[in-house]
Amino acid sequence: MIKFDRRLIKSFDWLTFGIIVTLTIIGIMTIASATRPAIDGADRPDFYLKQIVWLCVSLCAFFIIIAFDYVWLQRFAYIFYGIGLVLLLVVLVAGKTSLGAQRWISIGPLTFQPSEFFRLAFVAGFSAYLTSGVAGGLGRLTWPGVFFFAVLPMALIVKQPDLGTAILLLSLFVVLCLAKGLSRKLIAGVLVLGIIALPFFGHIFWEGLKEYQKNRLVAFLDPDVDPSGIGYQINQSKITIGSGGFAGKGYMQGTQGPLRFLPEKHTDFIFAVFAEEWGFLGSFVLMALYLMLFLRGLDTALKAKDDYGRLVATGITAMFFVYFTVNISMTLGMMPVVGVPLPFVSYGGTALLSNFIAAGILICIRTRRFELFYPHIW
Amino acid sequence: MNLRVVQVSMLLMGLVFSILLFRIFQLQVFDSDRYKRLAEENRFRIVKIPAPRGIIYDRNGIPLVENVPNFSISIMPENVSVLDLDALAALLGIQTQKLQEKLLRKDKSPFVPIKLKQGLEFRELAGIEARRSDFPGLFIETEIGREYPLGKVAAHLIGYLGRIPQGQENNPDFRKLPPDAMIGQWGIEKFHDADLRGTAGERVIEVNAIGRELRIIRQRAPIAGKDVHLSVDIGIQMAIEHSFGEKAGALIAMNPESGEILAFESFPSFDPNAFAQGISGAEWKLLTESKKKPMLNRVLQSQYPPGSTFKIVTAIAALEEGVVDPAMRVTCTGGLSHGGRTFGCWKKGGHGAMDMHSALVHSCDVYFYEIGKRLGIDKMHKYATAFGIGKETGLGLIKERPGLMPNTEWKKEARKSPWYLGDTFISAIGQGAVTTTPIQMAQVMASVANGGKIYKPTLIKGDFSPVATVELKPDTIRRIRAALHDVVAVGTGNNAMSSLVPVGGKTGTVQVVGKSSGLTGEKYMDHAWFVAFAPTDRPEIALAVFVEHGGGGGAVAAPIAKTAINAYFGPRKRSADPEIPLKPVQKKRQEATGD
Repeated sequence: MIKFDRRLIKSFDWLTFGIIVTLTIIGIMTIASATRPAIDGADRPDFYLKQIVWLCVSLCAFFIIIAFDYVWLQRFAYIFYGIGLVLLLVVLVAGKTSLGAQRWISIGPLTFQPSEFFRLAFVAGFSAYLTSGVAGGLGRLTWPGVFFFAVLPMALIVKQPDLGTAILLLSLFVVLCLAKGLSRKLIAGVLVLGIIALPFFGHIFWEGLKEYQKNRLVAFLDPDVDPSGIGYQINQSKITIGSGGFAGKGYMQGTQGPLRFLPEKHTDFIFAVFAEEWGFLGSFVLMALYLMLFLRGLDTALKAKDDYGRLVATGITAMFFVYFTVNISMTLGMMPVVGVPLPFVSYGGTALLSNFIAAGILICIRTRRFELFYPHIW
Repeated sequence: MNLRVVQVSMLLMGLVFSILLFRIFQLQVFDSDRYKRLAEENRFRIVKIPAPRGIIYDRNGIPLVENVPNFSISIMPENVSVLDLDALAALLGIQTQKLQEKLLRKDKSPFVPIKLKQGLEFRELAGIEARRSDFPGLFIETEIGREYPLGKVAAHLIGYLGRIPQGQENNPDFRKLPPDAMIGQWGIEKFHDADLRGTAGERVIEVNAIGRELRIIRQRAPIAGKDVHLSVDIGIQMAIEHSFGEKAGALIAMNPESGEILAFESFPSFDPNAFAQGISGAEWKLLTESKKKPMLNRVLQSQYPPGSTFKIVTAIAALEEGVVDPAMRVTCTGGLSHGGRTFGCWKKGGHGAMDMHSALVHSCDVYFYEIGKRLGIDKMHKYATAFGIGKETGLGLIKERPGLMPNTEWKKEARKSPWYLGDTFISAIGQGAVTTTPIQMAQVMASVANGGKIYKPTLIKGDFSPVATVELKPDTIRRIRAALHDVVAVGTGNNAMSSLVPVGGKTGTVQVVGKSSGLTGEKYMDHAWFVAFAPTDRPEIALAVFVEHGGGGGAVAAPIAKTAINAYFGPRKRSADPEIPLKPVQKKRQEATGD
């Protein structure tokens, strides 16, 4: 059945694995602190326990992924991508509304967020598309390609609306095109046209936004407009981070999260809670861990044995990087609040699972860089 | 993917990381102190615990004010996601639209509760408490309110409370107070505010973002305000509540042996309870712009010629200076001609032959013209000012007016004209340029009653000391007292005669327009004065009554003096007789709380 190669263990990417597990443990610890009850003796919400369960599930998925060569991904990429598109459609029709946006579908007792898987399907699918001849070879991107991998998914996601995923997809599209080496002139042209068209489409885009999203953009531009209203999150996030100081208040000593001044403290704003308790020193260490993860990802892309591996590794690294950058920037008040979790650290089962699968694929690409022949996968 | 793309990517990453790290450094290291403070402000809520305000008592220990709990209902809109406006409006008994206006006020600061309704009754309170779980974010606040059970009685004396006026928030006196604190705005409530106020306690509470109180971090108990024991006998003021009718005026009584004020009433008065509950702009306008000026403290702030009550001063000056033999008689024919003008006596037909005693008893003007002529204005000035006319008594309750005692110098400066004998004539009978406040005349009366000692008037029980003495011969005092006794016994002040104690006094009627003018109507009516002391042998009370446009002093002011004197001595006489029940004050208080 599965050909188990001892080299798989020898060349296993312990660094990446170590970083993601460390980040997840930091995440679980911070979730536990952020959601601890403010009143002595009250029941502790079980967010961190749920996250531990999700970590186990994610690890299982991770080990299954790395047991196979990533070639299966390329083979079924279009199917995955198709399923991803269908799920996005389903979420639009039958989705659950959470915090103003339809992002969730429930299957029995489980709820999950299709966009978490769609971003992986997108990386797999678009990379497959770019490495297949269909893309029209170097320097050309056909219109059907643009439609299926840019217009259609963007339309579905903006309709939700999910600003975070939209930003991610746009970035991935550009990054993968650049990585593939498609005509920079073309991409530059598209971007320039896009920027020129922005005022026109911007209006449509603005009108299409939900009220809370508009408020977040306004609040970002001027957080003091209404410090308790729309600018509240940004201000409280800055207070949370800033009050940590150089050395932090100490683990379980932060006040902003447990006292509920900071909204979404264990999800989107978890970095603020971490920074409050661990201070600048902790923030620095966390940043360093992420930087290592990204550099390792780029190195993996560089060392991948084929074009597809290279694109997927680039895509996954870019995905982590975009999420990280957007999340940290928004908690620091440098970007509008768009609802993007911090990879591996934020609370959220689907996201954790999808990130572990993505990391599994990344490690898989690195681990199997010496395998010249595609093994049988079944 | 070539190496250059990777290099560019790494560069990009390095740039992003540098920016993010710099930003984190900025927040956590440069601006850390500011954010730490903000986090603490988030976390702690300082709740002021109001100190019970001191009680104001009269000299007999009767409380003149009450502290009552005042319940109000507020809502913290930040804690409310869904609110059934109609149900809440019905619960509070206010219109939905008004409720909405209150909730949607644009200028509201974040996390400051909105007061929905004040002065809740107990029944409403119970109803709200029972349904509070339906309305999260709703909470009941308790403040200590102030009630004035006596209503308009002694309102000028007691005063009232109000919010700190706008623009005064940074006044060092008020800086430590919560912004919605009630402070004394008038009368004793204002003058002794610092004592009465006490020190608010403080409770530092850790709260969460929805304002829920988690634990008490620190607590400091409030220090109750000090009680103020006034020297007044409120029974006097209750007794004269209706004596002035619709007229404006003042009554001031003091203990001649201490300067302690026994009664202090200014008419018309106002209801301090209206202020305590927050007065509307329209009501305030009505009070301040009313023709009768209810906010004018007529004890201290109205100055009018003292009329014939001033003859006491003229008589004392004449006796002390020896310009007249008390037995000397002057014949009054109803007027005195001088320089082509006739200075009339109030009694047209004349009094006939008058010595000093009968001139005082019958208030003969012509006699005092003669005395005045012999004295000269500057000697009159010397005695009048020695008794305190022409300068503030320094009571301090409110800005006082000084009155005026003219002399030659004054006329030269103020009127740019020399002093004429005619001026002396009218000054001698307390008309013309001479003006006094009621408290000054009470002080003159007190000084005569105690033999020449001047006390600074005080409103605080037991807080007294003489400030000056007018050296008077015992004979002078004896003669004046005897004359004033007869004024009441047989003279113009007969209406002040009391069945309880022998009263001495002097009437005063101040002409507003000449008798021949033929003008009628209230504003042309004479001002009525009456000064009195009792008992005549060992005086315990000296008083001055002034009725603006009241008419004749003997007819209008003297009866009021009698009422006051009876109210003061009545309970003492009654205390020997157990048949007579409680004081009227206590009865009134029972009515106020009984419904």
